Amino acid sequence: MSPTIKLLQGNEACVEGALAAGIQFYGGYPITPSTEIAELLAEKMPRVGSAFIQMEDEIAAMAAVIGASLTGAKSMTATSGPGFSLKQENLGYAIYTEIPCVIVNVMRGGPSTGLPTSPSQSDVMQARWGTHGDHPVIALCPSSVEETFWLTIRAFNLAEKYRTAVILLLDEVVGHMRERIEIPDHVDNVLTRKKPSVGREGYRPYQPDADLIPPMASFGEGYRYHVTGLTHDETGFPTNDTEKAGILIDRLHKKIDNNLDDIVEIETQMMEDAEIMVVAYGSTARSASRAVKDARALGIKAGLFRPITIWPFPANELKQYLPQLKQVIVAEMNLGQLILEVERNVAGKAPVHGVLRGDGELITPTQILARIKEVQ
Amino acid sequence: MSAYEKYLRNNRLPHILCSGCGHGIIMGAITRAIEKADLDQDRTVVVSGIGCSSRLPGYMDFDTLHTTHGRALGFATGVKFAKPELNVIVIMGDGDALAIGGNHFIHACRRNINITTIILNNNVYGMTSGQFSPMTPQGHFATTAPYGNVDRNFDICELSRAAGATYVARGSAYHAVMLTDLITKAIFNPGFSVVEAISQCPTYYGRKNKQGTAVDMLNAQKENCVTVAASAKITSDQMQGKIIIGELHKSEAPEYTAVYRNIVDSLQAKEMK
Ligand SMILES: Cc1ncc(C[n+]2csc(CCOP(=O)(O)OP(=O)(O)O)c2C)c(N)n1
Repeated sequence: MSPTIKLLQGNEACVEGALAAGIQFYGGYPITPSTEIAELLAEKMPRVGSAFIQMEDEIAAMAAVIGASLTGAKSMTATSGPGFSLKQENLGYAIYTEIPCVIVNVMRGGPSTGLPTSPSQSDVMQARWGTHGDHPVIALCPSSVEETFWLTIRAFNLAEKYRTAVILLLDEVVGHMRERIEIPDHVDNVLTRKKPSVGREGYRPYQPDADLIPPMASFGEGYRYHVTGLTHDETGFPTNDTEKAGILIDRLHKKIDNNLDDIVEIETQMMEDAEIMVVAYGSTARSASRAVKDARALGIKAGLFRPITIWPFPANELKQYLPQLKQVIVAEMNLGQLILEVERNVAGKAPVHGVLRGDGELITPTQILARIKEVQ
Repeated sequence: MSAYEKYLRNNRLPHILCSGCGHGIIMGAITRAIEKADLDQDRTVVVSGIGCSSRLPGYMDFDTLHTTHGRALGFATGVKFAKPELNVIVIMGDGDALAIGGNHFIHACRRNINITTIILNNNVYGMTSGQFSPMTPQGHFATTAPYGNVDRNFDICELSRAAGATYVARGSAYHAVMLTDLITKAIFNPGFSVVEAISQCPTYYGRKNKQGTAVDMLNAQKENCVTVAASAKITSDQMQGKIIIGELHKSEAPEYTAVYRNIVDSLQAKEMK
């Protein structure tokens, strides 16, 4: 059958993506500019027999999503700025207890209540380090409505595959703009978590396979196992043994770090011979793409480097271009977050400049082009 | 096989609780209630927050979920709503349930989702060694109330009833047999149930408030608790300082997951047409 062609907002495409990925549970609390996700799911989920609940706050919503996932349900929540802050404690719980779930954060201007209806990309570091403790994180960042659809599916897939919480970072522009999108009739390659091949007696809930990921039984299947946010060993029960604590945190990092090829995704434009690299993500990458094309028209060798997976940061992909680079520009709607990671990886091999703004306005192609011309 | 052999993870015992703590007695009552209610061991999930009370599920042989402080009901709501056929039991401390988890608690009551909640009330934050909780009476002492507690305490059962719970009861560690019975009835209630289980913390609350040994504190429970039936027969003067135990509230209301199921069914019936 042929795909359906629609004119959708990013938030709506996120809902379509979640449904295509087989979402079975949504728990949320309304907040601009993510609310359309909840409203649409409230309408669509009961129609397919899956569970939608509006909780009393974002803390409870995150908790409910984790509880639901433990029963085997593919689970998601969506929020923005202040709500993302409230989710952090249980986000850490999901990462440490390895319970798959998807957290959508449609970034808005902050700090605090900030600019609820304005775009921003200022939660990039909160996505990385918002929950306490040392932990790996996967965060994806779409630039278009169509990409939001596919990255929502990918977020579910990565969550299920790596048994972790995956963050989908939209910005308000991507969340609210309308674009043409082709929604396929059927999506291949929808993943579900690995289940144990042994019965209750042989099951050690946190004993990893060779891929460092433990198979996950669902609650209610007779495995009768324990889950705790305390440091735990392979049995799932708490331990104070520092050796076991070390083994666990190492494994959690390695299960992501060993699979960067699978997890990290980027897009480049005109980078083959580029001397000036513009790094941009989300809606800002659209302006950057225009600016790079305009620069080329002026004979300037500029190119775009767009992290689609924003965490883990595409360090290897970026470093590959270092020998050819004379200048690096990072454009983002904050006063300097991902630029820190770019600087760390460029490591002095080229000057790194920022096109940064945190006033709730978009970064325009003209602004980026002006900077390209300045540094060339 | 005894209820303890069947429903406890005996290889995890002994537990970490202090000697004299009432929480172990209450775990015994919960275990016996599960046996009486004949819950399917493979289809029962026990959820807790953080605190001494919240360590109990680790000793119980079910699918068990030890979550974050105050958030047990959020997790439990996710479990129950995603798989309504599971029996869900939540164990929380008084601080866990009513301070940090207070908002989640009243909303779980309001939804009337079929979860059985047992709040172990020892009038103190045990796990963090003796700070006052929302159940520490005014004037009583705690490590963070060295001059007597300024705060007033909640009445858990009044709060639960007002928030919409459809079964509310209070028992005590001393009245363990009655407590078992109350928890059994709570499990049978097809909605949100709350059982306040009065517990003793001789290590912190007892010591700070000169309440003597664990045995003295249990004797005080015996002296101070009056059953619902007995309370009807005595004067309000005689009721001063007493605590009523027994079934305090029962009502009927649509259960959350059933209401949602009805919506799903009617939508799907329409779609079939
Ligand atoms: C977010 C958060 N805040 C504070 C704590 C510290 N903390 C752990 S248990 C506890 C109180 C426990 O008291 P209660 O719930 O009454 O249970 P008890 O230990 O007395 O059984 C506190 C404050 C925590 N773990 N998490």
